[in-house]
Amino acid sequence: MRRPPLLVAALLLGGCSGEQSALDPAGVHSGAVLHLFGLFFWICLLAFALVIAFLAVAMLQARRVDAAQSERTEHDAIASRLLRGWIVFIIVGLLILTLGSYFTDRNLALAAPDTGQSNRVPIRIKLTGQQWWWQVEYEDPNASQQIRTANELHLPVGVPVHIRLESIDVIHSFWVPNLAGKQDMIPGRHNDIELLPTRAGHYRSQCAEFCGLQHAHMALDVVIEPMADWLKWRAQSIQPAKAPAGAEEKAGYAYFMEHQCSACHSITGTPAFGTVGPDLTHFASRPSIGAGTMPNTRGHLEAWIANPQGVKEGNHMPYLAVPPDKLHALGAYLRSLS
Amino acid sequence: MSRRGEDPKALPRDGRDLTGDALHERLSLTWHTSPGFWGWLTTVDHKLVGRRYIFTALVFLILGGILALIMRVQLARPESGLISADRYNQIFSMHGTTMMFLFAVPVMEAMAVYIIPLMLGTRNIAFPRLNAFSYWVFLFGGIMIWVAFLFNVGPEAGWFSYVPLAGPEYSPGKRTDFWAQMITFTEVAALATSVELVATIMKQRAPGMSLNRVPLFAWGVLVTSLMVIFAMPAVMLSSSFLIADRLVGTQFYNPTEGGDALLWQHLFWFFGHPEVYIIFIPALGFVSQITETFSRRPIFGYPVMVLALVSIGILAFGLWVHHMFATGLPRLGYSFYTAASMMIALPSGVQIFCWIATMWAGRPRFTVPMLWVIGFIITFVIGGLTGVMVASVPLDLQLHDTYFVVAHFHYVLIGGAVFPLLGAITFWFPKFTGRMMDETLGKLSFAIGFIGFHLTFFPMHFTGLMGMPRRVYTYPSDIGWNMLNMISSIGAFIFASALLLFMINALVSYRKGLLSGSNPWEASSLEWAVPSPPPPYNFAHIPVVEGRTPLWDAGGTLSVVSGLRVEDRELLLTTAIDAEPDVREPSPLPTIWPLLAAIAVTALFIGSIFNPWAIVWGAIPLAATLTVWFWPKGPPEAEPVIE
Repeated sequence: MRRPPLLVAALLLGGCSGEQSALDPAGVHSGAVLHLFGLFFWICLLAFALVIAFLAVAMLQARRVDAAQSERTEHDAIASRLLRGWIVFIIVGLLILTLGSYFTDRNLALAAPDTGQSNRVPIRIKLTGQQWWWQVEYEDPNASQQIRTANELHLPVGVPVHIRLESIDVIHSFWVPNLAGKQDMIPGRHNDIELLPTRAGHYRSQCAEFCGLQHAHMALDVVIEPMADWLKWRAQSIQPAKAPAGAEEKAGYAYFMEHQCSACHSITGTPAFGTVGPDLTHFASRPSIGAGTMPNTRGHLEAWIANPQGVKEGNHMPYLAVPPDKLHALGAYLRSLS
Repeated sequence: MSRRGEDPKALPRDGRDLTGDALHERLSLTWHTSPGFWGWLTTVDHKLVGRRYIFTALVFLILGGILALIMRVQLARPESGLISADRYNQIFSMHGTTMMFLFAVPVMEAMAVYIIPLMLGTRNIAFPRLNAFSYWVFLFGGIMIWVAFLFNVGPEAGWFSYVPLAGPEYSPGKRTDFWAQMITFTEVAALATSVELVATIMKQRAPGMSLNRVPLFAWGVLVTSLMVIFAMPAVMLSSSFLIADRLVGTQFYNPTEGGDALLWQHLFWFFGHPEVYIIFIPALGFVSQITETFSRRPIFGYPVMVLALVSIGILAFGLWVHHMFATGLPRLGYSFYTAASMMIALPSGVQIFCWIATMWAGRPRFTVPMLWVIGFIITFVIGGLTGVMVASVPLDLQLHDTYFVVAHFHYVLIGGAVFPLLGAITFWFPKFTGRMMDETLGKLSFAIGFIGFHLTFFPMHFTGLMGMPRRVYTYPSDIGWNMLNMISSIGAFIFASALLLFMINALVSYRKGLLSGSNPWEASSLEWAVPSPPPPYNFAHIPVVEGRTPLWDAGGTLSVVSGLRVEDRELLLTTAIDAEPDVREPSPLPTIWPLLAAIAVTALFIGSIFNPWAIVWGAIPLAATLTVWFWPKGPPEAEPVIE
């Protein structure tokens, strides 16, 4: 990947290395787009400078209000010639930009994993948007190798990723600015997007199409890691959930299975297989709660269970009236699901 | 100069026998609006209707602006709990809806309703009763949606109301129904106005004002009005489908029943993109009139300017898919829309050039309207260039639905339309009121407004590039958006204070401003030939135009034609291309029926939100009012001009 052009460095000022920024590419696609942005930026800046220069000249000469009629006629003739030059400039500029845009788009499409440019088999993921969280399914012909999780995307560096985007309710839009542009998730249709991460790091994705009440709280943690780490994560994630060990965890497990929790959530290896809410099999290994709403700590978790409508009002998890001791037990159990 | 002979049997005419004060009294009697409340309700004078139209649209600008400030307060700091998600979503939906449907389009049409008949040298707009009807429907639609909003039934799915979010399943309740009916109200109003303006511009130009002499503002209004006529049916269709889905259980947009969610986006943007140009092309007209006047020379490259306006109007219909680059449509199609979108830069760039060339080859005076034009050029060029960026598919996929796009379209809409509008209000204020707006306050509000605007919206380019999506009611504190958002919020209040200052200036000047006389700016177009404010009949004698800049060409004495009736309201119609005198056409008297018909329409539209049968019951009073309104009154019919 080529280095981002100089202008970007100038543009960034303070906030370059954002975890949710189009200016800090960590993938092939976002890098190419940033490069294209540089081309657009310079040509547009040139056009702007020409307009401002002409405007400045027009205003400065305005002081000579008594310019002779002959001079003004002469100005008209010059202006006609300048106009032709300006039209040529616009057309050439637009051609460069249109072609630049077209070839960038085409190269990215050709670099798609399926065309075999990469020698690795692409990772296939199905991502389903719903109000207001993401269901993530790593597909595999072998059912025992499939992974289902929520609100987190683990990707290895250097391996192409093919994501199938769907929605079960309204239109959402999947967008990891550090990796690539966005694609909509439209009910009744499916879209595909290709990613090719090039740099490890922790990034944030956020729904980019207004999807209702909690559109602002529909984020997705994107963890890009070296292959070895990713394989470790994968090996762990295809395992069923750990059995509860301590007394408090056992009490939490019992409450989870016997009360409403299991109606909506599933935990592989247990009798809980609800499908309305996020899968919780390896809940404790996720970075955040509530689709990026708050960090995944025991305190936040218990606060969420005690009042699910607190920070993220309107989400589909109801108030459950969990007694305090059971709340701590649930917290202990869920935090043990690493 | 009398170009027409007298009909011996006819009633008194203007001309030989009747001039000066006697003519003024006769015409005033014929064309006047009766004083008092009844006259206010029944008037069909384009100036009175235009004035209240402008005023109402500016009230909606204030309301929409207050909503913008509330949003900026909420977003000034991360994780702010000032307003709830539900309230915020209603507020941003109402902000967009108010600004687009209740302020921007109506105010442009309202300015045209006031200015165009004067600029073309005629005594009233075509179909003046329809004009009154249009205003009432617009007013009632605006009041309806705002009352609903204040009762917590405001739209919550954005000004674009994407389905299925806006559909019956995900937006239960009446909120979106009010939004969809508001569309119907404002579109009826806009279509009515557009038809009047097209008819006025094509048939009521002063003799001699052939198409190649029409002022550029009138060209802009003509293009805009034709665009409205082609674009609005798409959104009326889409919103009617939405209402049907929500109220009577059709499934146009429901994918599980064979409908299609993307159908809405195609229909909406087929209207929505031209909508931007509908707002912006009249503003180009303002800029042309102001630049010409204050450069003290005819606009440079008039034919090129006209072609640019017309080509923008046509191209505008070929770009709608650039709002849908992320929806996964075929890539080859995207390339077409990229190219078409970029092509808009050509006519826009040419126009920018011609205005600057006009200043350069003229002797510009930097009055307040001219300052707004200069502010417009700087701001609009930035907005246009970021528009070129979002026309590119790969770039747009990163920038779409982020604050970069918010910055882009505010540059285009505020810089490209509101700045010229403020210049135009300052420019025509003496014509509207007979008094000048204060120059010092005007310059101050320009300076503050220009700085405030850029302080608000320039940082948003970065906010967007750094990943902040639109339409979020809050954001986390650790992503690096805090400072940029704070700057934007501060800028918003500075910008708002400039607008407030502008309005205070207008109110004070309305009472205490310097008297202006008929042509304080030494402008060239016909509206400056009549007193300020104009008498009810506009022109005592219909002027004859011999060039593109009639008042400059005439050198002080404008030729006129005479021979129109003074006992009855009568207009001179001319041919569409060459503006040769064609027929004398009666113009209707004031009447209450447009208002009553508008009330009947309102009852029907609002009733249908609650019960589909209201369309059937509501049709009865509506049919009754329309019948009375259009009941044939007998003569006079149009009469030929006697040469």
